[in-house]
Amino acid sequence: MQTWSLVSICVLLAIIARWGVSLNSYSGAGKPPMFGDYEAQRHWQEVTYNLPIQEWYFNTTNNDLNYWGLDYPPLTAYHSWICAYIAKTINPEWVELHKSRGYESTQHKLFMRMTVLVADLLIYIPAVVLYCLYLTDGSSKKKVSIMFCFLLYPGLILIDYGHFQYNGVSLGFALWGILALGLGWDVLGSMAFSLALNYKQMELYHALPFFCYLLGKCIKTGLIGRGLFLLVRIGVTVLATFALCWLPFLAEPSQAMQVVRRIFPVARGLFEDKVANTWCSLNTLIKIKSILSGDSQLYLSLACTLLAVLPSCIRLLTKPTFWHFKLALVNSSLAFFLFSFQVHEKSILLAALPACLLLNDLPLMALWFLQASTFSMLPLFLKDGLLVPYIVTSLGFLFFSIYLLSALDHCSEDKLRLGAYNKLFYWLPKMDLAFIVRWKFYISIAAMVGLSIATAVLIPPPHLPDLFPVLVSTTAFLHFLGTFIHFNVVQFSEPPSRKSQKKSN
Amino acid sequence: MAADSCSWFPALAVGVSLLKCFFISAYRSTDFEVHRNWLAITHSLPVSRWYYENTSEWTLDYPPLFAWFELGLSQVARRFDANMLQVENLNYASPATVLFQRLSVIVTDVVFIYAARECCRCVREPKGSRDVLSRPSFVLAVLLLWNFGLLVVDHIHFQYNGFLFGFLLLSVAKHLQSQHLQGALLFAFLLNLKHIYLYVAPAYGVYLLRSYCFAQDNKDGSVRWSSFSPLRLLALGAIVTSVCALSFGPFIAMGQLPQVLSRLFPFKRGLCHAYWAPNIWALYNVLDKSLAVLGVRLKLLEEAELPPASMTGGLVQEFEHSVLPSVTPAVTLVCTLLSILPAVASIWLRPHGAQGFLRCLLLCALGCFMFGWHVHEKAILIAILPLSILAVESREDAGIFLILTTTGHYSLFPLLFTPAELPIKVVLMLMFTIFSFTALRKLHSAQGSLLHPLEVIYLLGLVAVAIACEVVFPLSPWQQRLPFLPLLVTSVYCAMGVCYAFLRLYASLLLRREEKPKQL
Repeated sequence: MQTWSLVSICVLLAIIARWGVSLNSYSGAGKPPMFGDYEAQRHWQEVTYNLPIQEWYFNTTNNDLNYWGLDYPPLTAYHSWICAYIAKTINPEWVELHKSRGYESTQHKLFMRMTVLVADLLIYIPAVVLYCLYLTDGSSKKKVSIMFCFLLYPGLILIDYGHFQYNGVSLGFALWGILALGLGWDVLGSMAFSLALNYKQMELYHALPFFCYLLGKCIKTGLIGRGLFLLVRIGVTVLATFALCWLPFLAEPSQAMQVVRRIFPVARGLFEDKVANTWCSLNTLIKIKSILSGDSQLYLSLACTLLAVLPSCIRLLTKPTFWHFKLALVNSSLAFFLFSFQVHEKSILLAALPACLLLNDLPLMALWFLQASTFSMLPLFLKDGLLVPYIVTSLGFLFFSIYLLSALDHCSEDKLRLGAYNKLFYWLPKMDLAFIVRWKFYISIAAMVGLSIATAVLIPPPHLPDLFPVLVSTTAFLHFLGTFIHFNVVQFSEPPSRKSQKKSN
Repeated sequence: MAADSCSWFPALAVGVSLLKCFFISAYRSTDFEVHRNWLAITHSLPVSRWYYENTSEWTLDYPPLFAWFELGLSQVARRFDANMLQVENLNYASPATVLFQRLSVIVTDVVFIYAARECCRCVREPKGSRDVLSRPSFVLAVLLLWNFGLLVVDHIHFQYNGFLFGFLLLSVAKHLQSQHLQGALLFAFLLNLKHIYLYVAPAYGVYLLRSYCFAQDNKDGSVRWSSFSPLRLLALGAIVTSVCALSFGPFIAMGQLPQVLSRLFPFKRGLCHAYWAPNIWALYNVLDKSLAVLGVRLKLLEEAELPPASMTGGLVQEFEHSVLPSVTPAVTLVCTLLSILPAVASIWLRPHGAQGFLRCLLLCALGCFMFGWHVHEKAILIAILPLSILAVESREDAGIFLILTTTGHYSLFPLLFTPAELPIKVVLMLMFTIFSFTALRKLHSAQGSLLHPLEVIYLLGLVAVAIACEVVFPLSPWQQRLPFLPLLVTSVYCAMGVCYAFLRLYASLLLRREEKPKQL
C-alpha cells in the first residue's frame, strides 16, 4: 500500500479518536456558577466579540475579570474573536453580552468541539504528519507507525476534546517551529514559535531550547559574518511577529502592561490543586506555602527552575544539533513543570510534545513518560466525567506504541542509551540495566493501572479525602523526575552513533 | 510494524474493539430500547409470556434462541443496573444501562473476531514472503473486522449483528474447510437467533444436499445419483431438527407456535421500510411516482384520482402505487424465488466446491435484498461481509466488492442523521473506502485495474450525492417542502449500484459455469 493511503488512514483514525472523545462531557458541564474551561472559552468569544479591543484585558462594567477574564496572550483572543463571528452567524444567543453566560446546549457543544477540530486539522495534525514524514528515519511503515502513536497521544486528545482547551494550536505552532528548525528554515521556525508564544505564554517552557539552539547555531557559523547575519534576521523576525500580534495593544503602554499582568499572575500561589511537580509533592512532607512568603516562593522557584534548565541548555549551546535540541526541549519543559511557579497539571502537555518527538529514538522511555503524563491528569479527567475515554485512549496508546514501535523487543542497553549509567556507577557491580528498566516499566504500568482503578472505584477514608489524588500526583512526580534525570543523562552522553542523529542543514 | 506472521491479527482486533468503545456515548437508535426491553422481558417474565408481552411497542420479534441469549445477558445486566430489567421502565437509559448494553455488543463481537480469524485461515496465501499489509489474509481481516457497516449499525445505531455475523462467517469458514456438519450446526443456530438469515438458507440447503449428501460427482461435474448417502442426510437432518427443537420446542409444547410465528413475520408492514432500502422496489416506487407526475403534467391522469402520496411520508405503512400495479407480499416472494433460482440451480448442476457455494450464498442474500418484502437497508451487510472473502481472491470479485460495498455502505448513511455523528460516519466511511480501494488494488495489481472508468464515474457520483444531501440540502429552501428528497435520492442512486453489482455477480457465476468444464 502506498504511503499516502497509510497516512490518510492514520489521520482519519486520529480524527475518529478525537471526535469520539468529544462526544463525552466537558469541564464544568452543568455546574454553575463558574462552570469550567469550556465556559471560559465561550466567555472569551462573548467578550472579544462584543467589546472594543481596548477593554479585553481590563476590568470594566462589561468585562468582569473575575469571571473567566482573558489571561492568555493576544493570539488566543483573536482566535476567540474569529470563533465568535462564526458563532454569531449560527446562533447569536451563543455570544450575547452578559445574557449568554453559562450557555449550554448540544448544538453549542457541537460548535465548540468543531472549532477545536478545525484548529487541529489546520495546525497540529499537518505539523505532526510533516514532522514524521521528513524528520524521522526508517521505512515508510515505521514513519507511519510513529505518526500514528504521535497523533494518538491520549493526554492532548483528552484535554482538548474532553476537558476543552485549544492546546493543539499552541503546541501545533511550536511543532511547526521545531519542524522548520529541523529542516533548516531557522527564520520561519522562529516565526512559528513566536506565534506559539503569543498563543499561550506557557510556551516559554520551550523558549530556552529554541533560543540556545539558534544562538548556538549562529555561534557555530561564526558570530562575525554569516552567523551574525542569521542572528539579526531571526531577531528581526521574532520582534516583527511579536509586534504584529501585539499591534492593537502597543498604542498605549498601559494596555501592554495590563496584558502582561494578566498573562503572568504572580499573585497566585506556588501551586494549585494537586499537580505532579516538586512543590506539590514536597508539600506532603513540608508545608512550603505556610513557611515561605509569596515573594520568596517566587524567587525559590525561579532559582530552582533556572538551575534545572541550565545544564541541558548549556549543552545545547555548545552542541546545537537537532538531536540535542529535541532532548533539551524535553528537559527544559520538564524542568519548568517540576520547579516553576503556578504550574497547572495540564502543563505537562508541554513536556509531552517534545517527548513525542523522541518516540522514534527512545521508544520505551518516551512512551513510558507519555503514559505517566496522561496518568498524572487522571483526577482532572474524573472530575470532567472522562473515565471511559481515558481508559480507551490510554489502553490504545499503550498497546499500539508498544506493538508498532516494538518498544519492548529491542531494549538492549545500547538502544535504551543506558551506557552512561555504567560509567557513572563504575564502582557498582555490573548489572543488566536493560532488564531492570524493563521490569521497572512493568511495575510502573501496574502501579498506574492499580491507582487508576482505585481512584475511580474506591472511596477514600474520611480523614484523608485527597488520598488518591495525592498518590496519583506523587507517583506521576516520581516518573517525571526520573524522566528528567534520564533525559539529562542521555543528553550528556554521546549522541547516537547511527544515522538516527539528524543534524540540521 | 512487527513482521511476525500472525501478531497483526490481535492488533487489528484490539484496535477495532477500542475504537468501538469511543461510540459508547454516541447517538443510539430506538433499537437500543428494543434490546433493553427484550432484556427486561426475558429476565422478569416466564417463558410462556415472552411472545405475548406487549407493554412496550417493541415486542420480541426474534426467534427463541435470541431470547435465551438476552436472558443470558440479563444475568450480567443485573450487576450493572437492575432497573433496566423492569418491563415498565420504558425508554430507561441510565449511564450504567448504556455502558452495559454497549459493552455487551463489543464483548459478544468476540464471536465475530474468531470467525474472521477462521476466514483468514481459509485464504490462499501466495508464495514468497510479502509485506504484511499486502497479504490477502491481512486485507481480509481488515475488511471484515473494520467493516464500516458493522461499526455503524452495531456500535452506533445499536444491534447485535457482529455476534450474528460471527456465526454466519464461522459457518462459511467451516464449509470452506470442508467441515460441513459443523457448518450446518452453526447455521442452524444462526437461523434460530435471527430469522433474516433465511435469505441465504436456500444456498445452504442445496449446497449441503448436493455436495455433502452426494459424496461424488460425475467426470463432467454433474451429480452422480448413485453416490447418495442417506446417513449423511440423516445426520444433517438430525442436527437441524434438534437445534430447531431446542429453540422452538418449548413454545410448540405450550401451543404458542402460531403466536411466535406471527411475531417473527409481521406482514402488516409495508413493501419498503421508512427509508427505502436501495433495491428494485425503490426504483419501482420512483418510476411510479415520476409516471404519476408526468401523467398529471400531460393531463393523462386526474390528480384527484391518485391515492395520496404517502410513500414519501416516511412511515412504515402500506401504500398504493399510483400508476403501476401495487406490489403484494406474494409478488415479492415470487420475484425473490425467481431471482435466486438460477444461482441455486447452478450450484446444483455444477457445485464448484465451497467457492461456488459462497457465490450462491451471496446471490441469495442479494436476491432477497433486491426483491424482498420490507427489506431493511442493513440487510446489505449479509452480502458485503461474505463477499470480502471472494474479493481478496479474485480480481473480478474485487471490482464487484468495491461497487457493492461503496454503494451499500453509503446507503447506510441515513441511519445516522444527527449532526454530532456526521463526522464519524464520513470519516469511518472514508477510512474503509480508502483502505479497500488501495489494498485490493495492490493485491490484484498484476492483473490491471479493478474498475471500469464508467464505474469509477458512478462511484465518484456518490461524493456529489453525499455533498448534496448532507451539506447543500439542509441549507436550501427545499428542506421545508421536500424533507424526504435526500433519502429518496440516496436510495435510488445506491439502488442502481446494488443492482449492477447483483447482475455482475450473476454474470460471474453463470459465465464461470461455462469456463470450468473446458479446463477439466
